[in-house]
Amino acid sequence: MTALAASPAKASDRSPAGGVLLDVRNLVKHFPVGGGGLFGRSHGVIRAVDGVSFSIQKGETLGLVGESGSGKTTTGRCILQLERPTAGEIIFEGRDLTKLSLAELRPIRRKIQVIFQDPYSSLNPRMTVGQIIAEPLAVHGIVPDRNARQARVHDLLSRVGILPSLADRYPHELSGGQRQRVGVARALAMEPSLIICDEPVSALDVSIQAQIINLLEELQSEFHLTYLFVAHDLSVVRHISDRVAVMYLGKIVEITDRQALYEAPLHPYTKALLSAVPIPDPAVEATREHVVLKGEVPSALNPPSGCVFHPRCPIAIEDCKKVVPELREIRPGHRAACIRV
Amino acid sequence: MSERGPFRHHGVQVGGALVGLFVLAALLASWLAPFDPHAIPTGLAAASLLPPAPPHALGTDALGRDLLSRVLYGGRVSLLVGVGVELVTVLIGVLIGLIAGYYGGWADGLLMRVTDVVMAFPSLILAIGLIAVFEKPGLDKVFLVLVLLGWTTIARVVRGEVLSLKTREYVQAARALGVGDGTILARHLLPNCLAPLLVAATIGVGGNMVAEAGLSFLGLGAQAPTISWGAMLAEGQTFLASAPWVAVFPGLALMLAVLGVNLLGDGLRDLLDPRFKH
Repeated sequence: MTALAASPAKASDRSPAGGVLLDVRNLVKHFPVGGGGLFGRSHGVIRAVDGVSFSIQKGETLGLVGESGSGKTTTGRCILQLERPTAGEIIFEGRDLTKLSLAELRPIRRKIQVIFQDPYSSLNPRMTVGQIIAEPLAVHGIVPDRNARQARVHDLLSRVGILPSLADRYPHELSGGQRQRVGVARALAMEPSLIICDEPVSALDVSIQAQIINLLEELQSEFHLTYLFVAHDLSVVRHISDRVAVMYLGKIVEITDRQALYEAPLHPYTKALLSAVPIPDPAVEATREHVVLKGEVPSALNPPSGCVFHPRCPIAIEDCKKVVPELREIRPGHRAACIRV
Repeated sequence: MSERGPFRHHGVQVGGALVGLFVLAALLASWLAPFDPHAIPTGLAAASLLPPAPPHALGTDALGRDLLSRVLYGGRVSLLVGVGVELVTVLIGVLIGLIAGYYGGWADGLLMRVTDVVMAFPSLILAIGLIAVFEKPGLDKVFLVLVLLGWTTIARVVRGEVLSLKTREYVQAARALGVGDGTILARHLLPNCLAPLLVAATIGVGGNMVAEAGLSFLGLGAQAPTISWGAMLAEGQTFLASAPWVAVFPGLALMLAVLGVNLLGDGLRDLLDPRFKH
C-alpha cells in the first residue's frame, strides 16, 4: 500500500464535467435474519444501510470507505439493483431506479456497471475470456454481428492491456491482475457512464494494484467514466478519488473533498481510520499521535442508540447516546455526522 | 497434468472399459449370443442345468436355455432401464433444482418439501406399493416408478450447487449486465453444476439398474419372456446349492456393470473440472 501512498496524489485540477449523474437519497437496506422459505420465521433485521445520501457528479470519482460490515458494498449493490432497497431513492440520470420494474431496468443496466473484488470468482470458469466479454455485447444487441463482436472483444482486450490472443483462454489460465483486467473489459463493453468499483484491487498484489488503479484512471479520462470506488483502504481511495465518503455501521459519517478529508478530518471515526494508515517515514511515524479505537464494530442487528459510533468514540459525551447526529455541513462542501464538531 | 489426463485416470480406464463392454454386449447381443436365449431344447432333461462347458460357456438354466445368451440379452433391459430412467430423472431433477435454487423463497420451500416427502419413504417399499396399484406389473411400470422416485437426488444436488453458485460474483455480474434469468441459468449456473450432476447421474444409473433387478427379482418388473438379470437371479435361487452358476452369472454381470458405471462417474468428475483441462 505504501507504494500507492507515496505516489503523487491525483491532480486536483481535473474538475468534474458537471451535472449530477447519481443521486442517492435516504437509502435504506434491511436484511431479515433467518426466515425465508415456507416455514421460516424472521428473527430481526440487519440494518446494512440505514439512511445514506450522497450524489456523484458526472466524471467524478467518489470513494466510499468503511470497515467490513459498514454497508459500503450493500450500497453499491443497491445502486446496481442487485438488491432492491428497503426505502429511499436512487436517481440515476433523472430516473428513480427503485421505482422501475425489472424489465424497465434492463436498458439502464447497461449504463451502470460493476467491477468486483475477487477476480477469481467474478469470471465464469467455464467461459473463455472472449465469451465473457462478448456476452453483454450480445445480450444488449450492442454488436449483433458475430464477427464484429469478435473484433470488438479484441479491441476491448487491448484497451485494458491484454493480448487479444488470450481471448480463447479460460480464466484459470490467467493471473489475478489479468483476470481483473478482463473484469474491467467486461464492464467497459457496455459503454457505461457509471462504474461501481467494489474493492477492485483488494485481492491483488500491491504492484498489480497500482497497475489496475492507473488503468482505471486512464479509462476514466478516455471514456468520461464516473466511478463509485468502494474500498476499505484509505490510501488507495486517496489516490483515485475526487471526494470521499466514510461509512460506519450503515451510515455516512463524513463526506467531503479528498484533500479536506485527508488533511482536516472532522469526524472522530475518520481521524481514527487515518491514524491507522502508516506513514512511510519513521521519524514522523514515531512522533505522531495515534487514535486507537476500542472494541469491535457493533452488530448491525442491534446498533447502539443515538450516534452508532458512541461506544467506541474517544470524545463521546452523554448526549451521544441519545441524539442521532445528522450529516450537516460544517465547512463548505464538508459534511460530518457528529454533535461534537 | 499428464498424470491426470483422461487416459491415465484409473477410474475412467476401468469404468469406461466395463461400461463399454456391457454397452457393446447389449448392442451386439443378437450377433454375440451363441444360442437363441428363449429356445428350450427338446430332450429337456439332458440339457437342463448343465455346468459351464462347451458349447454352453456359462452353462444352462433349468429350462436348458443358454445362460451366456440370456446374460447378454438381459444386459439390454438393465442398461435401457438404467440409462433411460436416469435421462428423464435428470431432466426433471435439473429443472426443479434450478428453479428451487435460483428463485428461492416459496418456490424453493414448496419444491424442497415435496422432495423431502418423496425422499422420506423407503424407496423400494414405495416402489413395490406403487407397482401393486397397477393391474399388471411390467418394465414400463418399473420405469415410471423409478422416475417418480429418482428425481429427488438430482434436484437436491442441483439446488445445492445453484445456491452456492448464484452468490458468485460472475453470476452477480451477469445480472448487473442485464442478462436474463434463462441465460444465467443455462450459461452460468447449469454448466458449473455439471460435474456433481454427472456424478450423481452416473451413480443414479447404477442405482436404477439395481432397483430394476430388485423389482424383477420380486416378480414386479420384467415378465417372461422378457429377460432381465433380476428375473434370472430369482430363477436361479432355487438351484443355488445344486447349480450355482444359474444365479451367479447374472449377479456377476449386474455387479460389474454397476461398478463400471460408478467408477466412470467418479473419474469423469475429476476430468470435467476445467482446472484439469490442458
